[in-house]
Amino acid sequence: MANNAFRDSSGRPIVVVTGMGIVSSLGQGKEDNWTKLAAGVSGIHRIKRFPVDGLRTTIAGTVDYLFDQPVSAPVLSERLASLAAEEAIAQSGVGSKGNFPGPLFCAVAPVEVEWPQRRALAAEADAAQPYTPEVALEISARGKHPEWHELFLYGTVADHLADTFGTKGMPISISTACASGGTAIQLALESIRRGESDAALAIGTDGSVHAEALIRFSLLSALSTHNDPPEQASKPFSKNRDGFVMAEGAGALVLESLEHATARGARILGVVAGCGEVADNFHRTRSSPDGKPIIACLKHALSDAGMTADDIDHINAHGTSTPENDKMETVGLTAVFGERAKQIPISSNKSMIGHTLTAAGAIEAVVSLLTIEHQRIPPTINYAVPDPALALDVVGNSARDAKVRNIISNSFGFGGQNVCLVLSGEPA
Amino acid sequence: MIDQSRETWITGIGLLSSLGEGVEVHRSRLNSGDAPVTDFNAFPSFLIHPLGSVDFDKQIPKKGDQRQMELWQRIGVYTAGLALTDAGVAGNEELLKRMDMIVAAAGGERDVKVDASVADELRTANNPEARLNERLQSELRPTLFLAQLSNLLAGNISIVHGVVGSSRTFMGEESSGVQAVQTAHARIRAGQSDLALVGGAYNAARPDMLGLWEFAHMHYRDAFKPLFAPDRKPGMATGTGSAFLVLESRQHAEARGAKPIAKLTHVDSARARRSAAGDVTETVRTLFANARKQSPKAGAIYSSASGVEPATAEEASVLKEQNLPVRAVASRVGQTFESMFVFGIAFAALAVAEGKLAAAMPGVPLETQGADGVESILISTVGHWRGEGIGVVEAI
Repeated sequence: MANNAFRDSSGRPIVVVTGMGIVSSLGQGKEDNWTKLAAGVSGIHRIKRFPVDGLRTTIAGTVDYLFDQPVSAPVLSERLASLAAEEAIAQSGVGSKGNFPGPLFCAVAPVEVEWPQRRALAAEADAAQPYTPEVALEISARGKHPEWHELFLYGTVADHLADTFGTKGMPISISTACASGGTAIQLALESIRRGESDAALAIGTDGSVHAEALIRFSLLSALSTHNDPPEQASKPFSKNRDGFVMAEGAGALVLESLEHATARGARILGVVAGCGEVADNFHRTRSSPDGKPIIACLKHALSDAGMTADDIDHINAHGTSTPENDKMETVGLTAVFGERAKQIPISSNKSMIGHTLTAAGAIEAVVSLLTIEHQRIPPTINYAVPDPALALDVVGNSARDAKVRNIISNSFGFGGQNVCLVLSGEPA
Repeated sequence: MIDQSRETWITGIGLLSSLGEGVEVHRSRLNSGDAPVTDFNAFPSFLIHPLGSVDFDKQIPKKGDQRQMELWQRIGVYTAGLALTDAGVAGNEELLKRMDMIVAAAGGERDVKVDASVADELRTANNPEARLNERLQSELRPTLFLAQLSNLLAGNISIVHGVVGSSRTFMGEESSGVQAVQTAHARIRAGQSDLALVGGAYNAARPDMLGLWEFAHMHYRDAFKPLFAPDRKPGMATGTGSAFLVLESRQHAEARGAKPIAKLTHVDSARARRSAAGDVTETVRTLFANARKQSPKAGAIYSSASGVEPATAEEASVLKEQNLPVRAVASRVGQTFESMFVFGIAFAALAVAEGKLAAAMPGVPLETQGADGVESILISTVGHWRGEGIGVVEAI
């Protein structure tokens, strides 16, 4: 019989985090990111990667310091993920170089052939003839670009990461839109709880800010158009919030059973105490107006963690800075936490990092555990005009020292995706 | 000791392919040995297995919902509805509220005419990047973005059919389908889930997707020949289709009086590095050895081989060693990527349910006649580029 100290109140293996890595527009690594997050620094800037002529939104939190030349989204996503995973595995000390002793759960953005490739194909066609989908197929089939097949497969980023880090088995690539990072951690948690492995690597990565991606979100009226100054555009929970700011980055976490981590004397950074998930079938891009799916998701997470609302000290908000999200997140929190919703400090890392989409859930889980480590809550910057309709204790503009033991980290996405994680300090 | 109440039962199957729609049509077409339905003209010289006409209203009653989806999503949502109906779960809000969902998906259709026209103009534009911004802003339809997003197949299933217990989308071509089934199976066995919907959908009639496979010369471009036929040229003949399964714990199925079709007793996956010849052979051989230990009475193999070489030849060498009748799923419905393994599981479930294998394809030595009364079938998947998997389905 397994030692009870390694099991939670439901008799399942306790799952802990022993390594973390992060890359964002603020910088590379936990130290740089934490220093800037705690100081309220924004990573949002004017886009230089591509011309922004005629675009309504001209800002983003792109990661521009890794490549000299423009690269395809999957190439950048892989690099971001690699750097974050390297940091996480090094901190954890689990396994050996290139031999991670468990599976990989990787949240990655969907991929497709991009405009540089489309234009290159068109350039290879007869300039005197109209360029049609049929001609595009004929040019593709000339076999001059065999590498583009692998580059634009949906499984390639995770496959390469599995090669690099030597994770075990076939990696799982996840897309649950803006909840993907949370889902990657959830799948790793469930896998360790089932006893399939002692360790798992969960990554969320997104390097897909290019013109078309920006335009698509812009056409859905999801993006902030407060382009000047860029660092003030993302303003979650403010009355004048007007959309999210696209961004790039990656977060990686090494999850391990407490038993395994203890046996090898690993430093435990925190506990993945619970996770809740509920799909919303109200609308493709909007939350159910009654907030029921978000409420149920929060409740599932608490119950999965064996906690009640009173045990939660801080909310790491999804907080995208869209009018819709911040309102619905508040509705959900208010229903679950009642009067306490006004007293639990809440903050959105997206005010500084922007919305890293597929990576957000993983990045924010890392920041949540750093918050516990430092007992200091990073601010929601640009909180100049609080929205009076959102009765929350927003940690506005400057960091706040606080006793933080248990955090809920929310992730909500298009397609009715809702994932809530409960993250805690070291097991008692 | 295996807890029998945590057995995974298949209690619903939804199928839509070039053969038609629904369990009965597929059962009879598979058993009859009729030639598969193929099209060589829609995209001249590319052989695909096309979809016939579908009355989407039957499973997606609101036209507004249909307009929000492209074809891959419509066929997926439609087929998910068939599976839910087959399982007797459709419309049962209490069950759907706690039903888990794992969808294996890639992305959806683009407006290829707009893409080509923009690429055409940019060849001579003075400021091509600015012109690209301009044209995309005026010609991309906002709804098309949602029709392309991988997780919006699952999202639309939630909206149209009300499956909301959970919603996870796995990506990664053939492997994602194996992992969807594997994860649902593991969750049910471990008591993390009682009821799950898994599946995927693919639209083969897309020139941009044909182009993606053709970057590496992987599409089949010849008159139809079944997989594993000695004189078949390499390449995959892709197929439009969708397959969904309702998986359920035995305990849960019995409690609600659901009639099982078959049980899923084993799912495993692996990743050969494919850097040296024989990597795939080695990996598939191990998968088979482990699966056959689990199910010594296996009487046939349903292979989801793609036809891309050398993967298919390496798989074939292991299939030969098994000395069991083989049926290539993609010879019947085409290569459907994310849903390929799900098709294999579904076809195998139908076969063990009536104790009868699909009719053998002529000219394929591996497709030997099977004895009647087959009780257990192995389902193998070797991805065209990566990822290997296996499943076992047994009669109840």
